[in-house]
Amino acid sequence: MKTLEAEVIVIGGGATGCGVLRDCTLRGIDAILIEKNDIASGTTGRNHGLLHSGARYAVRDLESATECIKENRILKKIAWHCIEPTGGLFVTLPEDDPNYHNRLLEACRFAGIDAKEISVKKALSIEPNCNPNILSAIWVPDGTIDPFRLTSANILDSIERGAHVFTHTQVERIMLKQNQVIGVQCYDKTAGEYLEIYAPIIVNASGVWGQHICKTAGIELKMFPSKGSMVIIDYRINNVVVNRCRVPSDGDIIVPGDTVSLIGTTSRKIPYDTIDELVVDDDEIDVLLSDGEKLIPNVSRARVLRAYCGVRPLIAVSGEMDGRDISRGVVLIDHKERDNVQGLITIAGGKLMTYRLMAEMTTDLIAKKLGNSKRCLTYKIPLPGSEKRVGYTKKIKYFSGIPNSVVGSTHYRHGERVHNILSLKKRNYGLICECEMVTLGEVEYAIKNLKVNDIVDLRRRTRIGMGPCQGELCAYRAAGLFTEFGDFTPDESTKLLMDFLEERFKGVKPVLWGDGLREFEFTYWIYQGLFGLGLVEDNNT
Amino acid sequence: MIKLENISFDHCIKCTVCTIYCPVARVTHLYPGPKQSGPDTERLRIKNPELLDVSLKYCSNCKRCEIACPSDVKIADIIQTAKWRYSKKELRIRDFLLSRTDLMGTFGTLFSAIVNFFTHLGMVKYFLDVIFKIPSGRTFPNYASGTFTKWFKSVRKYQDNYADKVIYFHGCYVNYNYPQLGKDVVKVVNALGKGVIITKEKCCGVPLIANGYIKKAQSHGRHNIKVLSSALPDDKTKIVSASSSCTLALKHEYPNLLELDNSPIINNITYITQFILEEFEKGNILRLKPLSYTVAYHSPCHLERMGSAAFTIELLRKIPALTVKILHSECCGISGTYGFKNEYYGISQSVGNELFRIIDEAKPDFVVTDCETCKWQIEMNTKYKVIHPISLLAEAIE
Ligand SMILES: Cc1cc2nc3c(=O)[nH]c(=O)nc-3n(C[C@H](O)[C@H](O)[C@H](O)COP(=O)(O)OP(=O)(O)OC[C@H]3O[C@@H](n4cnc5c(N)ncnc54)[C@H](O)[C@@H]3O)c2cc1C
Ligand code: SF4
Ligand code: SF4
Repeated sequence: MKTLEAEVIVIGGGATGCGVLRDCTLRGIDAILIEKNDIASGTTGRNHGLLHSGARYAVRDLESATECIKENRILKKIAWHCIEPTGGLFVTLPEDDPNYHNRLLEACRFAGIDAKEISVKKALSIEPNCNPNILSAIWVPDGTIDPFRLTSANILDSIERGAHVFTHTQVERIMLKQNQVIGVQCYDKTAGEYLEIYAPIIVNASGVWGQHICKTAGIELKMFPSKGSMVIIDYRINNVVVNRCRVPSDGDIIVPGDTVSLIGTTSRKIPYDTIDELVVDDDEIDVLLSDGEKLIPNVSRARVLRAYCGVRPLIAVSGEMDGRDISRGVVLIDHKERDNVQGLITIAGGKLMTYRLMAEMTTDLIAKKLGNSKRCLTYKIPLPGSEKRVGYTKKIKYFSGIPNSVVGSTHYRHGERVHNILSLKKRNYGLICECEMVTLGEVEYAIKNLKVNDIVDLRRRTRIGMGPCQGELCAYRAAGLFTEFGDFTPDESTKLLMDFLEERFKGVKPVLWGDGLREFEFTYWIYQGLFGLGLVEDNNT
Repeated sequence: MIKLENISFDHCIKCTVCTIYCPVARVTHLYPGPKQSGPDTERLRIKNPELLDVSLKYCSNCKRCEIACPSDVKIADIIQTAKWRYSKKELRIRDFLLSRTDLMGTFGTLFSAIVNFFTHLGMVKYFLDVIFKIPSGRTFPNYASGTFTKWFKSVRKYQDNYADKVIYFHGCYVNYNYPQLGKDVVKVVNALGKGVIITKEKCCGVPLIANGYIKKAQSHGRHNIKVLSSALPDDKTKIVSASSSCTLALKHEYPNLLELDNSPIINNITYITQFILEEFEKGNILRLKPLSYTVAYHSPCHLERMGSAAFTIELLRKIPALTVKILHSECCGISGTYGFKNEYYGISQSVGNELFRIIDEAKPDFVVTDCETCKWQIEMNTKYKVIHPISLLAEAIE
């Protein structure tokens, strides 16, 4: 069996885990990250990517609100290429309590969030597609954050600074010697083999799966999972975040995200043993669409691309089961204090956009345990891609000869790293994904540098297959490139193709009607009718 | 952010048929084709207008992509709109002059002899090429020595003899370059027992749209909707035009591209051959003498876009002894003012080559087509004369 050693093992490649890995690496701590699927494949990749201003929490949870606005300002500096500082609106609909408007303004002032009351006319000029019947509006510094890019940039930086990352590798159990953790036993799913990694400190950053990880160390940490569903609209129906001005509830926010818009979210308690088989329920889709339409009437006319859901854990900190002492904020547990297990730390809760703060808190604790006195630097060292802030216009000029839409999209996704991707060679900027303008060069860069194991991973790094056609035209081209840029045989790449289409179908299935259905039928015809993909499957089994 | 009203791009299923059908994408790699320029990149432009691709300018607005699309995506409209909505306008004297067909027409008809003489001079062509970027290989349509509207004054009094009326939208070409076609229309309509009404129309706006003068096109459009609707004596009266592009503009471009409300006239606008054929069906049949020609019929793209080419073909078949060879549907390449610009001249010519070849192969006595610019293009590139179907019909009327 393969064995490795490090100072710290981080379990979980969500935003939190990747943030901890980077923080450790920047402080010179030797760390290894283990992720059972792909990075950002857990809750991190399943939310609406809102860069909170904190306004959504201001009325009820002041602590979260102040955390948000602080991190909001930091991330805009260190991760600008993962962020769009769109700004956001809180709009009051005729049926909503008009008093909430003033309560929100007041609370924002208290939390230090620059919220401004603006006229309805101004709000409609900022967001012309918004419901024209709104009664009042507030402007807040909301934004959007791309979870895939953010996580990937943290990983890329850590790797470039010497850290090790194992994706598609599952932690089976935590190994203990008396009451001290000594390492983890893992299973590498790609190679089909076990490995052991030894380290005196283990960080459990496995989100809602943290209950299970703790259990393998004999610790009970009860989590109450709550599911939230979202739908994706084919294109941007709004350019700024549109919130409904009321106590947060189902279907009251529409977030623009790159080329699409997302309507969020529902919130439902679910049993812990179902967290790996989540499905979006029909009535959730109904609520999201009908309430979304109240904010932006165009929702009813637009194509719905996909529906998906994520789970957030509510954690019973003190171990009580009745759920009264449940935390909704950041939870950092030193299991030495709580359970007398030395070297194990659990970090959970919080938000995607507070990942850096959570990582800082965790790494401070790690550093203390290791006797490392280096200070946290993540608040000022930019992520790869965000080193220099250069506008579109300049980049488009620099790469003149390549279509603006291609340069702009690549720069949007990779920031300054666009220089590692684009070149004036014709083949380099030939399109693989036509909806999202992903070039052959970008696929090559991702396969070679960004820990890509299959087309689903490639999608998270590049947006391949995330546009209206959901993989119809790009999937087979991408599959072919895995044999060129990765070490896959043609048979293996066919398998990648099938897995990818299967994954795309899961998200499309709940919303199969109208143009989406027509698109799907056409895709089905291409892959089954034209390429005979069904026959391949038969031959293999 | 723009107000999202025209969202036909959302219906695209990425089948790529439009790009296969686009005559420009077929002849040049500079143009990525309608799918990418239209629905694909529209999503990106909504996100950020800076993602506008310069290659959009190669679209000639022939609208063949829209004919091919199974999802009713208004592809060419999306592309034209993107050109003006998102791009910063740089004023070009040439585009200004080419798009002001009415202004140039007034001037051209006044001094027709001099203008026609000069536009055919080699030296002048050379200057046009160097200074205005108008290709020297291109021949110019001649200006007439008097306008159609001036001629019409002489026949207006007879129109009141007919109880039923038809409003005729003649367009700039008939007025300034080819009044004879207008005279033929009046002859045919009168022969059907109807009087002709002419309004104080302005250029329909097609050349303005093509050159990005959308505001101007909108003001023309508003004017035309107003004068045409107020001239309508009742809602059954037809507004006819013998220009496929003018008809397309009045019917489709006004609401889809210029976002104008043309509901007061939309049900009255008919392409002339459809109008005549409908009269025939009502029993109002013209007596026609045999014309023993062999003609090759070319269906203009804009007529096909309206689905009206079939009416012209049917009508031609009503002329006794006429042999009609229907040419395979191809774009002639000129697309209005497109073929008058240096940067597109080569493309325009390569697009047309297939059509020119099949015309030569058909060996007709002459070519028949409904569109004035197709006529210029075909006459410049083949040895055949091109005649409008209405002129042919007028000739057949006893
Ligand atoms: C519906 C919804 C909407 C949200 N919207 C927002 C928002 O708009 N803005 C915002 O800031 N936050 C939002 N959040 C919160 C945010 O998504 C989460 O707080 C954040 O993503 C948590 O990240 P994480 O890294 O802690 O957990 P995760 O992303 O879940 O990471 C845990 C990782 O551990 C891995 N793992 C599990 N078990 C093992 C094992 N045995 N071995 C190896 N790896 C393992 C998993 O595969 C997973 O990748 C939302 C949450 C939900 C549910
Ligand atoms: S209008 Fe004509 S040139 Fe323009 S994209 Fe469509 S088919 Fe091509
Ligand atoms: S033909 Fe229509 S549906 Fe097909 S790709 Fe073109 S725009 Fe889309």
